[in-house]
Amino acid sequence: MAMTAPEIETLIRTALPDAEVTITDLAGDGDHYAAHVVSSAFAGKPRVAQHKLVYEALGGRMGGVLHALQLTTAVPN
Amino acid sequence: MSDVNTRIGDIVSSNDIVLFMKGTPLFPQCGFSSRAIAILEHLNVPYESVDVLQDMEIRQAIKSFSEWPTIPQLYVKGEFVGGSDIMMEMYEAGELHQLIADAGIAAQG
Repeated sequence: MAMTAPEIETLIRTALPDAEVTITDLAGDGDHYAAHVVSSAFAGKPRVAQHKLVYEALGGRMGGVLHALQLTTAVPN
Repeated sequence: MSDVNTRIGDIVSSNDIVLFMKGTPLFPQCGFSSRAIAILEHLNVPYESVDVLQDMEIRQAIKSFSEWPTIPQLYVKGEFVGGSDIMMEMYEAGELHQLIADAGIAAQG
């Protein structure tokens, strides 16, 4: 079981509508991704809380069907 | 369930730095765990590791204990710091070094 990059992006955008999401398929196998998410929802939150917002957006898939997602988060400039 | 949470609580409170990982520092069984170990080795600090592949109870319970869905997971002085992505971001920003120094943990000679 794997997820496509657009599926991941849609889930994140649904929970964080203003998010700019950049997804890279690291291994070209549809199973190892890097995601960079920029959202004003992260403002003033520590990194752990920022990442948790993204994991919540992914609705429990992280660590399950979504095996490997490198995540970086940032607040818009 | 509560027993394993007590065990996890004991582990994180009795070790200044502890990494819950897949495999061992010498033989990490996952790229993310390998990256986390590389960071700790670069920081040259003493740390304990727990191989969750050898303990299914902890492997499941650590996720709800930390409210974090993936492994590895780093704890410093009983506080959850993050997974390997956060470790890498903090390491590159010099924040992980600072966090450990602020916790009063000295680098190894």
